[in-house]
Amino acid sequence: MKEPEVKLTKLSKCAGCGAKVGAGVLAKLLDDIRVRTDENLLVGFDKSDDASVYKLSEDLALVQTLDFFPPIADDPYLYGRIAATNALSDIYAMGGEPKLALNIMCVPKNMPKEQVHEILRGGYDAVYEAGAIVTGGHSIYDEEPKYGMSVTGFVDPKKVLTNAGARENDVLLLTKPLGIGILTTAARADMLSEAGRETMLRLMTTLNKAARDCMVKYRVHACTDVTGFALLGHLLEMAQGADLTAEISVKDIDMLPEAVALAELGILPEGVYRNREFAEAQVDPGDTPLKRLDVLYDPQTSGGLMIAVDPADAEALLEELRACVPSAQRIGVMKPAGEKRIVIV
Amino acid sequence: MQEIDVRGLACPEPVVRTMKALLKDPSGVCVLGDTAASKENIARFAAAKKYKLETEEKGGEFVLTLTK
Repeated sequence: MKEPEVKLTKLSKCAGCGAKVGAGVLAKLLDDIRVRTDENLLVGFDKSDDASVYKLSEDLALVQTLDFFPPIADDPYLYGRIAATNALSDIYAMGGEPKLALNIMCVPKNMPKEQVHEILRGGYDAVYEAGAIVTGGHSIYDEEPKYGMSVTGFVDPKKVLTNAGARENDVLLLTKPLGIGILTTAARADMLSEAGRETMLRLMTTLNKAARDCMVKYRVHACTDVTGFALLGHLLEMAQGADLTAEISVKDIDMLPEAVALAELGILPEGVYRNREFAEAQVDPGDTPLKRLDVLYDPQTSGGLMIAVDPADAEALLEELRACVPSAQRIGVMKPAGEKRIVIV
Repeated sequence: MQEIDVRGLACPEPVVRTMKALLKDPSGVCVLGDTAASKENIARFAAAKKYKLETEEKGGEFVLTLTK
């Protein structure tokens, strides 16, 4: 792999999902925008879900999502691949199948043509791996590069998995380990080991397709992908949406060891603090050590799926997931609504 | 005591520069910064490496003094 002349990650201030506008800020910004609706809109942005869902017929609904961000990797091909993987993930999180994608791109005037091509090639490869196609896109000039996609998919409207449908006693599963945001931050400061770098890139380029293909066979009641709002931010949305309390066990949550060590040293992206501000009031941290709590607030880029499954199906789904996803863990359970929406034990 | 100015730098640059300064001279460092995130990051580093931490805040800026 040729060394890029200009390190892409040095061109941006904030990487990947760390660049996302914080949930609290976003809510305020969108607060008084008048929303029109349509009886066929099954899921819209008023529900803070991963994608919107529009019913076309009794058996078919359209799923739409959009994601883009500044460089998260110096290698342009990997950057493109990660951005596309991240965008596709929201379709999977709704239980859907991606089919069509449009590129969204911002390029500096002096970016070499080869680099632009490589970013796009990475994006295309992720889309093809998902069994979808790229049908167009739009690019503008910008000092800071950005890349991502608008993805359209399909789902049976009777089987849409929102992030709000969890039921009491549902078991919570997670399909990728946490700590990706911290590792990308360390990488920007040249403080990441080679092994850590490989793990991070592998996780970010793993589609959530296998996870989705497994989960749709079981009685899954809710699902979301863990990305910019971190595990605690996305879990808070799930718990609020279902009016329940999520009890999670920190020792059962798979955290990349290097991420925990880096968290202890304070190598944390700004997103950790934004996510903390959004979710903290609703979280009972128990005795969780600060470094592990930081990982729970760490914004993930292209993270795994967080699934709320009927307890009777939990073991079977977990076993099937273990065969095909990076890390399938049972992280907790949904309980009746208590004083806080999330309790960490 | 060495002094560093990390105002305007994006995470994790402020804490990384603090680390590098203390590698050069482990007795201590005075850090001038301006974001809550960098202040928190440096505080975590100080706790991990058992440095004494003093914080002074003025306007939107802070001065963190780390000493052994």
